[in-house]
Formats: sequence, structure tokens, C-alpha cells
Amino acid sequence: MSASETRLVGRDGAPVMDVDGDLLEVSMGPHHPSTHGVFRMDLALDGEKIVKLKPVFGYLHRNHEKLGEEHSYLASMPYTDRLDYICSLTNNWAYALAVEKLAGQEVPERAEYLRVILGELTRVQNHILSVGFLLQDMGASGTPLMYGFREREKILDLFESLTGSRMMCNYMRFGGCRVDASPAWLDGARAVVAALPAAVDELEALVCTNEILMARTQGVGVLPAELAINAGISGPVLRASGVNYDVRKVDHYGIYDRFDFKVPLGDHGDVYDRFMIRLLELRQSLRILEQALKDIPGGPVMDPKAKLRNFRPKAGEAYGRIEAPKGELGFYLISDGGPNPYRYRVRPPTLVNLTVLEDMCLGHNVADVVLILGSIDIVLGEVDR
Amino acid sequence: MKTVEEIKAAIEAAVPGAGVEVVPNPGPAAQHSLLLKPDTAVAVATFLRDDTELALDFLSNVTGVDWLDKEIAEKVKVTRTVAKTVDGQEQQVEETAEETQKRVEPGYLEVVYHLYSVAKKHGPVVFRMRTGNRTDMVELPSMTPVWRSAEFQEREVFDLYGVAFKGHPDLRRILMWEGFKDHPMRRDYVEPDDFDYEPTAHDEVLKRAQEHQAALAAQKGGGE
Amino acid sequence: MAVDEGLKIELGKQGVFVTTLQELYNWGRRSSVWPMNFGLACCAIEMIATTMARYDLARFGAEVFRPSPRQADLMIISGTVTKKMAPQVVRLYNQMGEPRYVIAMGACAISGGPFKQGYNVLKGIDRYIPVDVHIPGCPPRPEALLEAFMTLQKKIDAQHLTGEERPRHLDAEAPGMFPVPEQGEHDLEPPANKNVWTVPVVIR
Repeated sequence: MSASETRLVGRDGAPVMDVDGDLLEVSMGPHHPSTHGVFRMDLALDGEKIVKLKPVFGYLHRNHEKLGEEHSYLASMPYTDRLDYICSLTNNWAYALAVEKLAGQEVPERAEYLRVILGELTRVQNHILSVGFLLQDMGASGTPLMYGFREREKILDLFESLTGSRMMCNYMRFGGCRVDASPAWLDGARAVVAALPAAVDELEALVCTNEILMARTQGVGVLPAELAINAGISGPVLRASGVNYDVRKVDHYGIYDRFDFKVPLGDHGDVYDRFMIRLLELRQSLRILEQALKDIPGGPVMDPKAKLRNFRPKAGEAYGRIEAPKGELGFYLISDGGPNPYRYRVRPPTLVNLTVLEDMCLGHNVADVVLILGSIDIVLGEVDR
Repeated sequence: MKTVEEIKAAIEAAVPGAGVEVVPNPGPAAQHSLLLKPDTAVAVATFLRDDTELALDFLSNVTGVDWLDKEIAEKVKVTRTVAKTVDGQEQQVEETAEETQKRVEPGYLEVVYHLYSVAKKHGPVVFRMRTGNRTDMVELPSMTPVWRSAEFQEREVFDLYGVAFKGHPDLRRILMWEGFKDHPMRRDYVEPDDFDYEPTAHDEVLKRAQEHQAALAAQKGGGE
Repeated sequence: MAVDEGLKIELGKQGVFVTTLQELYNWGRRSSVWPMNFGLACCAIEMIATTMARYDLARFGAEVFRPSPRQADLMIISGTVTKKMAPQVVRLYNQMGEPRYVIAMGACAISGGPFKQGYNVLKGIDRYIPVDVHIPGCPPRPEALLEAFMTLQKKIDAQHLTGEERPRHLDAEAPGMFPVPEQGEHDLEPPANKNVWTVPVVIR
């Protein structure tokens, strides 16, 4: 790596190294066990304290948007699975929602319920996993992650039996869902959802009252609410700072109005709050799941008028967004009346959430950077696309 | 929430000479947008953020769009004098004919911003800005001083589309490496000729692969 | 030289254990392959799932994931290699000590997969470094990764310590370092290492 490549540049464009030579430059990543993928940060350190932090992106830039403009609307659906590869179903949902807005399509009732069920199951497994990874970053090597993966496998089995794939589900379509869920599948989902609260209790009992966890996370990486809003932060990170903003409640998309659930909020906006918000949100998701699995009506799962092949929406544009497990996931589509979108844009929640990484890390130790990064819960497939 | 026309009126009352235009969206989504002039855009954006009624404090999405030069074919009636032989004599005759003329409408780069309000829980309000052309007049004001969330997204638009944001604190390439010369999301970007092995090519890729093979064969033939 | 299987069993009954140095050496190596803790994309999640309780990679002696390339024997290319990442991947491979192995996990690592036509995606990591086992899938299931481990173990078992076929680490002539591609103005330079990769012949 050449010297010019690692040279840190401050906001005013001047190199930060020119202070008095006491600062140490560290390039953390792209190969690092705690950066959750190929993420890199250029740090300037004064002893152990962070003076400057610049994230470097693009190591997983897979040209998602360019490929989206080269493919038809339907052909982009499997690609959305690979954005945030832990939550493929919510990505499907956001894309389907944007296309439905673009083309003015309706979704049948049963499909809406299935979307909620799968979306919330995705949220549950994402939050379990993110808690596991956060503890892994803290040095609790293995055990909490094993707990997380044990529960995740049960949910993945549900995904696999319905959609045919563990991770890359490619399940939703414009105007509904691809296949219907059998009564046996719904019974299986009910059983998994019924068993999950006990598992979450177990995980909570294992970690939440742990003194080391509290000492490492409380008061670390504090994010003030005003900065969070101005920097476009969304999802659990925003709500941990005490801002009551959940796209499920604000946009009333899908059928979320029918369910009784609360939006947990944090007080301090530190790593501990973000961690607890995820656990609380997870329990709210289980509440939604119980209601949705009880009320799910019969009927078709695809709008009979929906067209998948030779799908050419009228010229126009649309921005559709949902509350994905990691924040506000939006798709912006411009149609010129052709079979491919003229412009296909993904609004990645985690890329925008990383805007405040430097603000949260300044003044903390190097070891805390890993924790603060873990508490944002990034997935590089979505950050770099 | 106010309609786009009402927002336009509010902006024009607050920022004199803002020159905002409404860009209608013909699709079913009907998310109409406002076209801002680059020189007043920062003032308008600050107004949108700070106005108590709009309170658009949350910038969600920043998108670059590339609009290529458009060739527009128009039918025009042309009158011209033609030499013709009428009744065995050469005469100058005026003749009217319909002709198709081609006119090139210059393309531009466009940046689209989607705003929401966390305080009032409404949105989206969409506004866009356009550059003068696609080559040398690509400067637009940065919205990062108004909304921090534009920081990385504008860097991305700079990297992939080549829009230079004036007032951006840290305008560098974000996804591609330093030293990369192209702007790959532009619609006239051509990928490097790397089509040695394309076992399942079709459409555009097949064409490129065949061209590559033909070029290789020609090179071999010339070398021997 | 291998020992006759029947004789070996007969001697075993008498309490005599007979083996060759080659067998012992390969047995030791194949039973403790330490992979590098190195995730690139979606496949990395399945790689982690493979190490967890349900699939239990530890049965193959390969659960010790090492973050440092110096301590690892096996590089699992788990996901899309972009042109921005490719130099780093090659550099990490160069930093690994011999004997070292590479598993290309998933369609992206093999050929670029669904992202092949992207401007920043490398069309297969075997353009720069030699790959021992390819697993198709997008992503491959954990069972497929286990299968790849077993394939790799069979491959290690079959290696001869001497002769023309001997592995790279026992051959002083074999190349140890692989050139790291440079990031040029439009593309990686060179687009492929000609000593490692030749254009495959498609049989239709």
C-alpha cells in the first residue's frame, strides 16, 4: 500500500498526520476479524485514543445498481437477496413495495400477512445474530454466537421449507408472493414462534446482567438525537437515541396498522441501549408474529392481474421504503416505459448509519471501535452494494 | 402535508428569486418533485429543513441519474428554390417539402433528494438539481452542510456519476479505488475488454465476447 | 511406498502398528487444517454457520479459525472478490505459509457468479491464485462446505512426498509468491496471471 493511499485527510482537506508526529496511523481492515466483512477504517491514534477515523468502502462493491439497470424488473429480485444477505426477505419486500408503487399494483390480503410473518421472522433472526456478533466482538468468543445461531437455524429451516433456500429466498413478487404457505408450514411457524421467547430469555439471562458487558458498553459511543436525525440514521440505532421513528408506524405500509406492538426507545444512545433495543424489538416482533399467525386469512397470494413477464410499468418514478431490521431500506426506481428500470437505486440503511461512526468513536479506545461498529450492525453487501 | 405547489409557493415567499419548478411525475406513485436552481439550492434546502411547518429534518436518499444527449427527430416544412426543367425550359421553382431534421438536446446529470420529517412524520418531499451538461459543467452545491446524511451518498454520486459537489467537506472516491478514471454508473460507460472466457454469454455480453474473439484472431493473424 | 492393507491389519492384530512416513505426514496435515478467519460476502455467513453446533466443522479438525494468515493453512474464498479487494486477497495468500490450500466457495469466487458482468467484480479468483477445491452454489449450503473439506482431505491424503507430483511446499523450484495485481486507471493490471490461469476450453 502506498503512503498516499493511507494518508488521512481531515474535513478541511489537510492531512491529519502533520500535528507533531505523535499520532499513529492504523489501517484496520479490510481483512479483520471484527469488521463484519471487508470493511476498512483508517484510524489516527494518540496512544490508545481515537483522534480521527475515516471509513473506507468499496471492497464489496458488486455493482448492484448497474446490474439492476441492465436487467428486467423481475430479474433484479434475486439480486436484492444479496444486498443485506442476512435479511433477504425484507430486501425482497422493499423492492416489491417500490415496484408496486411504481406500477400502482395491489397485494392480496394473505400475501400481506405472509410478508409480515416472513419480515418479522427475518427481524428476529437478524437481531439474535447481531447480539451474538456484538458479544463475539467483545471477546465472548463463541458461546453467545452459538446460542444465536441455534435459534437462527430454526428460522432458516422455515424459510427453506417455504421458499426453497436458507438464505437467498427470492420469495416476494410484484403483487404478492411466489408460493402459498401450507397449513403445516404455518403450524411449524407457530411452534417456532412459541418456543422463541424462552430462548430469548435464556440469551438475556446469559448476557444482560453481565458486569463486563455493562462496563464495556454503557456510556460508550453515545449518539445525540439531533445528530442522529441530521445524519439520516435509521432503525434501532436511531431509536436507541430516543427518537420515536419507525417506518412501520409512520408510513403505515403493508398491514402493520392491524397489529398491536410498541416501539422501544432508548435513553442514552450508547452501545448498551442499541443492544437492548434489539432485544426489546425482537420481543415486539414475536408479538406481531403471534397475532399475524393467528389472524392469517385464506385466499390467493398473487394478485391475478399482476404480470411478471414482459412487465413494463408506465413512465414515472417511485420511492418505496420499509423498516428493515437494520434501518430504513428504500428503493428508488425511474421507469421510462421499457422492460428495465432506467434508474435503480438502493438506499442502504447501514451506509448512511456509518456517517456518524467517527463522531461516536472520537475519544474512545481502539477496542471500543469494534464494539461501536458492531452496535451499528453493518452488512457489507448493503453498504457497498 | 402540503402539496408540491404549496411547498413551491412557500419557498418562493421565503427565498426570493428561488426559481423553483415543479417536475410532475406521471406514474401512479405521483411523487412530484421540485427542480431547484443550483445557486439558490442551499438557501432553499435550509428553509425546507428549518421551516416549522415543513420541518424536513431527515434526508433519506440521494440519487444520481444520468440523462444522455437526446437526439430528437422533428418534421419541418422547408421551402427552397430548385432548378427544374419544366416544359423543356430550365426554371427556378420554389418547392415546399417535409423533411426530418435532427436536433440534439444536451444531456445532463441529475441529483435527486428524498426528504422526510421525523418531527412531523410526513414525507416524502422530493427535490432535484441538474448540471449544465455531462462534461465540464458538472458542479452542483453540496447538501452535506444542511444534512449530514448526504455526506457518503454525495461522495457516491461523485464517484459513480462524476457530479462535483461544491462545499462538500471530503469529496473523494468512495466505492472505486483512487486512481480509477471512469464514472461507471454513467450510461455510456464501457467496461474493460475482459471477455476471454464467457461460456454462457448472451445478448450484449455475447456481442462483446464475439468482438473480443475477432480482435484476438486478427491480432494473431497479424502477428504471424 | 504403501504398506499392503492385509498385512497391516494382520500386524495390527499382533499389536504392531505399521505405516509409512508419507501416510503419517499426510494424516497429520489433513486432520488439522486451520482455515483463515476471512469472510468476503454472503458465503461467509454460511461458513460461520458451518462452524456452529449444527454442522460442527470441528469433526474435521478444522474449527480453529485463525485471523492471521501466518497461522492458517487454508483460505476459504467465501464470496465475491471485487477488483478493489483482489490485490488484498492475493497479498493475504502470499502471506500464508506453505503448505497452503484454497477453497473457492460459491459461484462468485469461482467465476463472478451472478455479479460476473459488474465493472468491479473479478471473474473468478483462480485468475490470480491456484484453487484446490471449487464448491458451486449461491451460497453453498454448509453441507457443501463440509463436502469441500472432505475433498480437500482426500487430496492431501493422496499427495506424494517425493517425485514429480510432490506438493508445492516440498518443491524448491515451485513459485511461492504470486504477483499482486495493480489497480489501474480502468481495470486491474494484469487482468489475469497467465502462469496460473489459462482460458478454459469449453466442450459443447
